[in-house]
Amino acid sequence: MRGSWMVAAFALLFAASATCALAQSPPPGATACTGCHAGSDTALPSLKGRSAADIEAAMIAFKTGAREATLMDRIARGFTDSEIREMSRWLADGGAK
Amino acid sequence: MNARLDRRAFLAGVGALAVASPSVLAQAKPRVVVVGGGFGGASCARALAERGVAVTLVEADARYVACPFSNLVIHGSRGLDQQTFGFDGLRKVGVEVVHGRAANVDADARRVAFQDGTTLAYDRLVLAPGIDIRFDALPGYDAAAADVLPHAWKAGAQTALLRKQLEAMEDGGVVVMSVPANPYRCPPGPYERASLIAHYLKTHKPKSKLLVLDAKDAFSKQKLFMAAWAELYPNHLEWVPLASGGKTVEVDVRAKAVVTEFGRHAGAVVNVIPPQRAGVIAHAAGLADRSGWCPIDPVTFESRLRPNIHVIGDAAIAGAMPKSAFSANAQAKHCADVVAALLRGQAAPEPKLINTCYSLVAPDYGISVAGVYQPAKGILADVEGAGGVSPGSASRETRALEAVYADAWFRIATSSVYG
Repeated sequence: MRGSWMVAAFALLFAASATCALAQSPPPGATACTGCHAGSDTALPSLKGRSAADIEAAMIAFKTGAREATLMDRIARGFTDSEIREMSRWLADGGAK
Repeated sequence: MNARLDRRAFLAGVGALAVASPSVLAQAKPRVVVVGGGFGGASCARALAERGVAVTLVEADARYVACPFSNLVIHGSRGLDQQTFGFDGLRKVGVEVVHGRAANVDADARRVAFQDGTTLAYDRLVLAPGIDIRFDALPGYDAAAADVLPHAWKAGAQTALLRKQLEAMEDGGVVVMSVPANPYRCPPGPYERASLIAHYLKTHKPKSKLLVLDAKDAFSKQKLFMAAWAELYPNHLEWVPLASGGKTVEVDVRAKAVVTEFGRHAGAVVNVIPPQRAGVIAHAAGLADRSGWCPIDPVTFESRLRPNIHVIGDAAIAGAMPKSAFSANAQAKHCADVVAALLRGQAAPEPKLINTCYSLVAPDYGISVAGVYQPAKGILADVEGAGGVSPGSASRETRALEAVYADAWFRIATSSVYG
């Protein structure tokens, strides 16, 4: 009884996440990040495997100027703090490839 | 006859087919057709496949030759093979790739027509046709003239021809470059090319000189370019702006000369970058306005002139966004999200787009311009406070770093689109 309930719950969970992945658009701006930060190039670091907190902290530091940059400061200033949070979550959640 | 059968029949070369019945079409999995295999089209097709959408990419050529970095081929430090990409990587992720020349679109019947008369049905169409060289814009400069005085503004044989001519030129020869008024593909491109040609002359043909005849008084990253030219190429590069008579009014192929409002400039090598417009199919399909480019909705990138057709990349009027490979790539991924949402019956997501363009002033000296864009008052507008160019005061170490980043961007962009 308990076993079949678990199976049903997992099936539901799986179905929900699969639908979710298909049926939601990425937050504004998020897909542009991987124009540079993808793959395994070391000069422009990939975002794959980074936590949402790390990506968000880096973007905020670029935006405020706390972190030195050649170009990321100019880009980060174009996003609100909440946009940065949403993008970071999406990228950490499989959006970064 | 559904979309899939139609497509198979097309591939088998059967020829023109009956118009699909809407009731049957509605039952089939919606199919998106993308026309154009450059940074915009190929990237959009790939993103659609990754989002689970059935997609066919139509591209005339078996291989794509990329424009970004092709100025290094002209400079002599890079091979054209490093600019050339196939479509097998797209096939691997589920994109159906069809090689054929799409000539027109019937927006009412939702069909793409090929030059050979066959057609391909779609539910939504994404058009990324790039640019068409306007061979009617400069008297004396037609397609045959380009075989003598290359434009090299579409990468490939033209790029190789310009390189060959520079290599064959005697030391002391004058190189003449004609630059058009806005808008055109890659706004800083002519100035990167001028820089790298000047670098080649300085290092290999020091008695030679480049004369840049410009139809404008101002251009992208101008202060940075001009400061670098004064420092690096004071004897090898002369820029003549519009105000000093730089605008080309005629080309004399036989004399290998460019005629401006103020004079006549013959060169041992002449590179004419002519005015441009959206790719040919955009005009045939009624997607371009009188400007020669395609007006679009800034949220969905849908044509303002025909329904169910999205236009991305260089062909589109994208407001403040420049005609660059980076812009095309960013627009492509957004457009894929829009198309996927619309096919699900959902509202299109709002865009927030990024552009970054690196230019090389020398092989180890890079500068950049960046921008962030969002819809405002019906166009894609700059987000205020963001974007801009590299600082004028940056050190040579920073310039070298930006050249490294430029190279990294190209490798990442091409491998994530074609790899």
